[in-house]
Amino acid sequence: MAKVTIDDKIIEVPDGTTILNAARMIGGDVVPPAMCYYSKLKGSGGKCRTCLVEVAAGSEKDPRPMPKLVASCSTNVMDGMVVKNKTSEKVMDARKGVVEYLLMNHPLDCPVCDQAGECNLQDLGYEHGLQKTRYEFERRTFEVQDIGDNIKLHMNRCILCYRCVYTADQITEGRVHGVMGRGDHAEISTYITKAIDNDFSGNIIDVCPVGALTDKTFRFKSRVWFTRPMLAHRNCDKCCGKTTVWLSGDDVLRVTGRKDQNGEVEEFICNTCRFDKKSLADWSIEGPSHIDKHSVISQNHYELPSDNIKRLK
Amino acid sequence: MGRKLLLEHAKVPGIRHIDTYIQHGGYRSVHKALKTMTPDEVVEEVKKSGLRGRGGAGFPTGMKWSFLAKPEGIPRYLVCNADESEPGTFKDRYLMEYLPHLLIEGMITSSYALGANTSYIYIRGEYRWVYTILVEAIAEAYAKGYLGKNILGSGFNFDLYVQPGGGAYICGEETALLESLEGKRGNPRMKPPFPAIKGLWQSPTVVNNVETIAAVVPIVNEGGDEYAKIGIGKSTGTKLISACGNIKNSGVYEIDLGLPVDEFLNSDEYCGGVANGKRLKAVIPGGSSVPIVPAGLFYKNIKGEDRLMSYESLSDGGFASGTMMGSGGFIVYDEDQCIVRNTWNLARFYNHESCGQCSPCREGTGWLVKVLDKIEHGKGATMADIDLLWDIQRRIEGNTICPLGDAAAWPVAAAIRHFRDEFEWHIKNPQLAQSKNYGLVKETVYQTV
Repeated sequence: MAKVTIDDKIIEVPDGTTILNAARMIGGDVVPPAMCYYSKLKGSGGKCRTCLVEVAAGSEKDPRPMPKLVASCSTNVMDGMVVKNKTSEKVMDARKGVVEYLLMNHPLDCPVCDQAGECNLQDLGYEHGLQKTRYEFERRTFEVQDIGDNIKLHMNRCILCYRCVYTADQITEGRVHGVMGRGDHAEISTYITKAIDNDFSGNIIDVCPVGALTDKTFRFKSRVWFTRPMLAHRNCDKCCGKTTVWLSGDDVLRVTGRKDQNGEVEEFICNTCRFDKKSLADWSIEGPSHIDKHSVISQNHYELPSDNIKRLK
Repeated sequence: MGRKLLLEHAKVPGIRHIDTYIQHGGYRSVHKALKTMTPDEVVEEVKKSGLRGRGGAGFPTGMKWSFLAKPEGIPRYLVCNADESEPGTFKDRYLMEYLPHLLIEGMITSSYALGANTSYIYIRGEYRWVYTILVEAIAEAYAKGYLGKNILGSGFNFDLYVQPGGGAYICGEETALLESLEGKRGNPRMKPPFPAIKGLWQSPTVVNNVETIAAVVPIVNEGGDEYAKIGIGKSTGTKLISACGNIKNSGVYEIDLGLPVDEFLNSDEYCGGVANGKRLKAVIPGGSSVPIVPAGLFYKNIKGEDRLMSYESLSDGGFASGTMMGSGGFIVYDEDQCIVRNTWNLARFYNHESCGQCSPCREGTGWLVKVLDKIEHGKGATMADIDLLWDIQRRIEGNTICPLGDAAAWPVAAAIRHFRDEFEWHIKNPQLAQSKNYGLVKETVYQTV
């Protein structure tokens, strides 16, 4: 076990835990934002640099501070480590920089983006961004692409987190898309004109932190905050069948994996559940989905079920 | 005249071929190491020599070797980083082109020391003809029994391969190099784990520069202590410097570390001074990513002491008034050169070569180029753009996965630090700056930000 202090809060965690996961165990304000790390995807993380933290003391044995900020998602804790996240000016400054870089070429088309309301970049920009951009040049643009029957790729919105690449690598049979090109003209794309077509490809939509990969069956149907997320399940022979269905009246507008408190899916679901089962009769509804993120949805209509009960009393 | 430990026979006709190379004392270190020394003794000699990595970072080689994990039953690898792509650096090319067997000899001896039975030379894609030279030399070494099974009857088996890269600068970063060598996209890996624990194919790996590996040959031949006598302080031995820019004699020189910079730049034995009777404006002494220093800070450090060609002396004063030894790519600028244009050009290079994996480097390098382009080409830049440049580079430096971010940030930072007046002049006179250079207004004055 290792005892680690993050923003003056102390927690004991198993050896080999990353700083980010230790912070998530504490919860609340001390958790650094993470745009590319995904606990279910091996090898993910380290790329977006939003989770940079300052290590003020390396360990009990060697209490020297680390010279550079480190990516909390891929740095393991040591016994006696002291980490500064929100309490470090250096971290907040660097994070502001990262947000600025991420938004520099981002189209900021939130008003027409299906991801708005549940977008990690939106939240990050809101918390750390500047009100005005200092970038005055033309933004990098790409054509919108259909990658498979059910998935639309808006490369303009992509932040190159590589999550969809790892997803395709690790949960589908044979990846047919990847990162092409280098530097600031790198893009997610399918090789030649191959479309993505396999039973679990839809999960790349769920792992995408921004609106780069969107569900064509849900495209422009509704703003997410006008839909009601309900936990639902069905007997599925391909996946666990446990999903969140997003309702408008009695219409199932879309189906996604269930997300945990870190915005990660609990279990990956298959394309049949996601794209084909769009009738309420297909699903057994369990009850409202718990949303405790500070996203637009939770700030609008949706309270926890327990709050509703209190109000009824 | 300094000793030539590496390039002594570089100009001997036919030295590329193994017979001539052996006639001039080649492969002695292999005989000595394999027949009379244990691998640990070779490592010990390298430690004693004080040899520091010649690729740019200057990390002690002996220490790097001793970090190599040695678990049972897992192969270990030595990988030679010959992906020399830093603008201004061409010493490894020269060494491989003229003395391919020196590198091969170093690879055998070093691999013996590290217990590696298979090693790779990862060579820059553009060095196609050098690749051919190395392949031929390796075939000769196999024919003579210096490579293959049971070398010189010692029981040591060793295979050596050359792998050309695709021509990406990023593949000179050691973990990106390993990815590329494995046949993947050349993206740097997250560290830790370091290559010494998990490198090539997840096995313990040492990655060394061409010159570092070549330097193992004289160290084994003459002993680490003898080697350590050359040089000054912790900068021991000789170093290859590739000199270019506005000098009379550009080329690759082998110098004793500790040579005064004045002598290196101005004596006829080396660079021969600034060409065409011009005055010196600035120098980048260690390849394009190290900070540029104005003439006034180049000859003498901020305390007024003469600067020497050594790791410590060149970095004296930190980045505020010093620079770095780097990889030894010595670029000289005379009074006619425009610092803004040069900075813009370097920024373009780093933008082009960024792998695009992590956000600060991917986005930041592109932004730097655009702002510099605006200043250089008179497209309506304002004074605020200089501060913006400073801010962009400041937030790239140290926040990226690999050192390419730093390499992109440092030249911009140093140019603004020392030549801010030139940037300001460009912004104030956008039209004039298109046809005229700022020249050499402050010859010995420096300022710090």
